[in-house]
Amino acid sequence: MKAKIFASIAVTITGAILLYAVTDFPNFGDPRSPANAGVEGGSSSASLYYIENTYRDTKVPNLVTAILADYRGYDTLFETVVIFTAGMAIFAILRVLRNEDAPSAPDPESTNRTIDGDHHRIIVGITCRIAVPLVQIFALYVVAHGHHSPGGGFQGGVMLGASFILIALSGSLRDALARFSEASYIRLASLGILIYAGVAFLPLVFGRNFVDYGALRGLLGTEGEEMARSHGIFGVELGVAFTVMSVMFAIFANLSTRGRLKGGL
Amino acid sequence: MSDHLPVLVLLAPLFGAIAIGLFGMRDHRVCLPVVLSALVLSLCCAIGIVLKVHAGGTLDYFVAGWKAPRGIGIVLRADAINSPILVVIAIVAILAAVFTVRHAGERDTEKTPHFYILFLLLCVGLFGITITGDAFNVFVLIEVTALTSYGLIAIGGSKRCKVAAFHYLIMGTVGASFYLIGVGYLYLKLGSLNMQDIHTILASNESLADSRAIRTAFVFILVGIWTKMAFFPLHGWLPNAYSYSPSGSAAILAPLVTKVSVYVMVRMMVSVFGLDHLEANVEWGHFVVWLAIIAIAAGSTMALAQREIKKMLCCLIIAEVGYMVGGAWLGDPQRWGLTGTVYHILADALMTSCLFLAAGAFAKWHGAAKLEDLSGLFRKMPLAATGFVVGGLAIIGVPPTCGFYSKFYLIRGAIEAGHWVYVAALLASSLVNAVLFFRIFEIAYFGKNPVESHGHGDDHGHDHESEPVVRREPPLHALIPLLAAAALVILLGLCNGTVVEFIRTGLIETATVVSTGR
Amino acid sequence: MEAFFKEAVVPHFNFWIYVIIMMIGLWSVIAKNNLIKKLIGLSIFQTAILLLYVSLGVKEGASIPIIDHHAAERSLVGDAGAINPDLIANPVPHVLMLTAIVVGVATLGVALALCQMIYKDFGTLEEDEVLQKIKALHDDV
Repeated sequence: MKAKIFASIAVTITGAILLYAVTDFPNFGDPRSPANAGVEGGSSSASLYYIENTYRDTKVPNLVTAILADYRGYDTLFETVVIFTAGMAIFAILRVLRNEDAPSAPDPESTNRTIDGDHHRIIVGITCRIAVPLVQIFALYVVAHGHHSPGGGFQGGVMLGASFILIALSGSLRDALARFSEASYIRLASLGILIYAGVAFLPLVFGRNFVDYGALRGLLGTEGEEMARSHGIFGVELGVAFTVMSVMFAIFANLSTRGRLKGGL
Repeated sequence: MSDHLPVLVLLAPLFGAIAIGLFGMRDHRVCLPVVLSALVLSLCCAIGIVLKVHAGGTLDYFVAGWKAPRGIGIVLRADAINSPILVVIAIVAILAAVFTVRHAGERDTEKTPHFYILFLLLCVGLFGITITGDAFNVFVLIEVTALTSYGLIAIGGSKRCKVAAFHYLIMGTVGASFYLIGVGYLYLKLGSLNMQDIHTILASNESLADSRAIRTAFVFILVGIWTKMAFFPLHGWLPNAYSYSPSGSAAILAPLVTKVSVYVMVRMMVSVFGLDHLEANVEWGHFVVWLAIIAIAAGSTMALAQREIKKMLCCLIIAEVGYMVGGAWLGDPQRWGLTGTVYHILADALMTSCLFLAAGAFAKWHGAAKLEDLSGLFRKMPLAATGFVVGGLAIIGVPPTCGFYSKFYLIRGAIEAGHWVYVAALLASSLVNAVLFFRIFEIAYFGKNPVESHGHGDDHGHDHESEPVVRREPPLHALIPLLAAAALVILLGLCNGTVVEFIRTGLIETATVVSTGR
Repeated sequence: MEAFFKEAVVPHFNFWIYVIIMMIGLWSVIAKNNLIKKLIGLSIFQTAILLLYVSLGVKEGASIPIIDHHAAERSLVGDAGAINPDLIANPVPHVLMLTAIVVGVATLGVALALCQMIYKDFGTLEEDEVLQKIKALHDDV
């Protein structure tokens, strides 16, 4: 009861302040709003710069990808780090590394069991087995085609992770872990960040700033700096995809078995 | 390479964390050398930044090389305010890392690599928050810091730390979301995320700065950061989170996370909303100073009520946060209050580090969780106890420790601003601290009933007979960081003139540069 | 009343909705006793912020922030009118919210892991019961 009264007060005050500010907002959908076009009388906003110059700077028509991985690539590096951190934190919290409850562990037979206790879900099993490679190919397409269509490392990485989760759901977690073991997903998650940070770090070797992929022109053998940026963005997205894929599967594996990586759903 | 120091300072721990992820899982011996070398590298970079700032003023680093027009890319900005904080973060992290040599996750030593990865990523987050010049980037890095903190708190074996981490997670996420709303409102009205850009627009357009959306943005950013720094009514998560986490985690979380949040507040005030603008709205400042006075009073009162050492120290942190918030908002024309706040961030990080290292060592090697367990401490571990005494004297504010000088500057600011209640609150709180620590010193020095160490946790009884006390200091890896922290507390106090002068060039330079809208 | 509705609500419709959704989330974070319900509230709360950001990047009649190839190539050779910024949505909020989504997912994952451990240790996810059991722990020590 006390919590409810307190919640009502907090919600009312916060909501009132927010609504008080809302009336001061530019109209919804206004292309001349400060966020879209810059402050009146001031310089034009970054958003307009992106729309007008991104293609010239990076040869990437998908503005979101270009801003994500190049202009604000520094943010995205830490976004990937957030994912990695979450994986590590869940690991630190849940993972049972000692065989503490060995006596109460279920018999080996049941570890192969799925949630409804059925060993022989033939239709589901085979359908998923066919679907998994298709999902993965599509995921790779999403990663690689992020330059031109909605997509990129995060989306593709989640799909890749989902393909392993699908194996675990349709068969058993043991099947999935046989294909993507604990040691390999930790390593792959670290590798993903290494790729990202490494690609972003390389320009420093050429005396340019962090994330300035244009400096990789000589290394990649591209004609202009724009194409080097475009390739740099792709490298970065690949790193993101690795990390996201590994961490998504790691989160699933740990959450579904309370960190024992045995039995589970 | 020296041009890249602002980014190298946080890349070193990032690459360290990657290295542990790649190679440390199998062989745990890799971890510690990697952690220490990464942090030492960061320390060198941080010192390099301080020297460069000292020589050439504010240092801008344009990530990805997008210089013009402003706000396209992300800029890292090192000036006289944040560069000393970088150094202190690196130092405290190194001390905590040395302290954790043998008992990273306390019970689960198998989780050593995970502990160190989280530890390094926490440092990445803290460095990043401190050095960035982009309002949204702060949010991302706040979340890096927060997630690592939850992991570091919950990595311990106790049941309570999980609940504490959960509460911290709820409060922390709501706080970070509030900050995000604030940044969203700024973006909505100003179309920029770059701090300096936002400031230039606000400084040149008075009516915009007073608009409802911008004021709301400021309120939400402040409330969000206050949640993160455990400012009094929003402090609920802190005592449990820091006192039930493993000693190694507490040794880095308690000194740094709240302090860096205070820095974010100072940064928002100085280079986003602008001191001139805040000084024009004095009533806001008065209101916040009153809140801070309440926070100081509440923190000190709660500290008096605690029986456990770590809980008591946590309550002191809440009071110290009150000092800093109050000092930052005094609004005295010479900015002594703000100077005191920035200096107190440095001082408090070192003092808290010293005290938590000591508390961790006492818990581990003296079996002391409660105040009365400390009896016989001086005879058993005189050196460690001395370190603790130095930390305690600094919190009380005894010269020549840094705690004295930070209070001195805060009080000077308060007197110039005419906030006598704040002065009174500071002095009363010092008195409370004196009572608290002298009670501990008395128990530790004259305590009749020395308790023999059991080497672990809280499970000893009180029915021990007096035994002859053998002198047994904690092992060197715990003793050295403790004494180093104590030495630094005194050193920072002795060098207060230089440090304060440096900070003030920053505060006054930033203020003037920005108000002319360069 | 009608005037207020026309001036304050209709042009800012999305922002009103965002505030309401967010308050629903905040309410359940504070008022609910079950930890999972709190987390659901937290997710709603965070999702509302996505709505705020995405709404502020909307332009009436504009399309997704992906530039047409032909228009892009023409803009390179000096055809200034090839890209009309009014017809392309503001990409920045999308980028920012991608980050916020990721952060939300990560936080939720960690929170669920904590809930599992709390359930394992205390056998309940009701906050008051957990706090009671913690108190009992306290007295033992």
